Amino acid sequence: MTAKPEMTAAGIASAVRDRKMSALDATEAALARVKQHDGILNSFTDVSADRARARARAIDADIAAGKKIGPLAGVPFAVKNLFDVAGLPTRAGSKINRDLAPAKRDATLIERMEAAGAVLVGALNMGEYAYDFTGENVHDGPSRNPHDTTRMTGGSSGGSGSAVGGALVPIALGSDTNGSIRVPSSFCGIFGLKPTYGRLSRARSFPFVASLDHLGPFARSVTDLALAYDAMQGPDADDGACTTRGVEPVTPLLEQSISGLRVAIAGGYFQKNVFPEAVEAVGRVAKALGATQVVEVPEAARARAAAYVITTTEGASLHLDRLRKRPNDFDPAVRDRLIAGAMVPAPMIDRAQKFRRWYRAQLAQIFKSVDVLLAPATPCTAPKLGQVNFTLDGVELPVRANIGVHTQPISFIGLPVVAVPVPLEPLPIGVQIICAPWREDIALRVAHALEKMGVVAAPAPRGL
Amino acid sequence: MAEPLDDYIDAVSKALALPVEEAWRPAVRANLEVSLRLARLVDEFALPDETEPAPIFTA
Repeated sequence: MTAKPEMTAAGIASAVRDRKMSALDATEAALARVKQHDGILNSFTDVSADRARARARAIDADIAAGKKIGPLAGVPFAVKNLFDVAGLPTRAGSKINRDLAPAKRDATLIERMEAAGAVLVGALNMGEYAYDFTGENVHDGPSRNPHDTTRMTGGSSGGSGSAVGGALVPIALGSDTNGSIRVPSSFCGIFGLKPTYGRLSRARSFPFVASLDHLGPFARSVTDLALAYDAMQGPDADDGACTTRGVEPVTPLLEQSISGLRVAIAGGYFQKNVFPEAVEAVGRVAKALGATQVVEVPEAARARAAAYVITTTEGASLHLDRLRKRPNDFDPAVRDRLIAGAMVPAPMIDRAQKFRRWYRAQLAQIFKSVDVLLAPATPCTAPKLGQVNFTLDGVELPVRANIGVHTQPISFIGLPVVAVPVPLEPLPIGVQIICAPWREDIALRVAHALEKMGVVAAPAPRGL
Repeated sequence: MAEPLDDYIDAVSKALALPVEEAWRPAVRANLEVSLRLARLVDEFALPDETEPAPIFTA
């Protein structure tokens, strides 16, 4: 049996488990597809073929010896290049970090994926130091949208969106500080999970904004997303923000009925500054779920502003010494944003963190009477690569600054979100399924129900 | 004519030993204007004196 590009992670693992396909065949199929298409997509920055083959052979040997294998046995996956991969410098999309010593040990999430049987095949392109919503990178070139290679993948996990959207691998990992999982999911037409802040360990990944950084998976089906999420859960003393909660598996719950769940549409701020495609996508999802109630999220614009302030200042603090010593080795646009961030007066940062607590309490109140909030993942489908402005309601707006307006007020307080792809023509677009903290189970169950109804799906890549 | 933020940029640049070359100044200034506008939006929101910031240090 040969691994076909559309095979899900669950399908590959099942075939490997049943000895219909070897882990090595699954790995070779992914490597061949990367070779065939990545010249165009530019999603990979490193392909770890030798490591992947050795890992796959070890899994096949375990199967031959009758040993117990994990739920992701033989499933190829790849990671945004801010994850430590033993033997590679963790470049985090930058030129500067290429001078770092190679990582000695894999990131915790890679170790957990591999413990479940998955096979790492490489590291993925991203916006420099994750300060990006476009998927463009001045050092490595842009990752390209698999549905139209003249368009953006979204960022900053652009390579993750491109690799999964292009079906090079069934699962990728990325990071999301202000929307960097949900935006590429939307533009590339795939599923993405930004878990609750603190749910998944960030140990041995290159940081951006410690207060807001999350890691999470991308996939082409909700089952695959849940399998990856379940494999990666659990406390980790190596990440100071990681929860002490035990593993709360979601995969066994996916088929549970969603009737009785109270679903509402986020109103006000979340219904402004959107193109008709985003309105259509939220409308389709809301209709399928029977959601008619509109809930106003108070002070969402201010939440976005506070997230912006925390991001630019913490990011500046992280990079201060590099800005002093190697300013010309940054992407100039990233450098100039970070320098400005270093100049924001300190009381503003404290006030933003205090506002964050106030805003968290407002959302906690909303989640007493609602289980799920729906909102656009992006205001538009994927813009053209290099596009600077778009026109909305007759007003010209900057693309980069407006791509994340609907994701930022949500990650600001760490709520779990599944971005689900609505397969509109000619391009897909995502909707955020937002839940109360630690309720990834509800978001994934709702996403799975929508998938079964045929309302959301990862379309086959049309640009390849 | 000097822009209103230029003196501030010069002073902070010096205080932080953070170089700002002339060619970068317009972009740094534009970014700072956005950051300060958004920071003011947060600043304008009255919060009780007792409000704790979101991150909590655990000893």
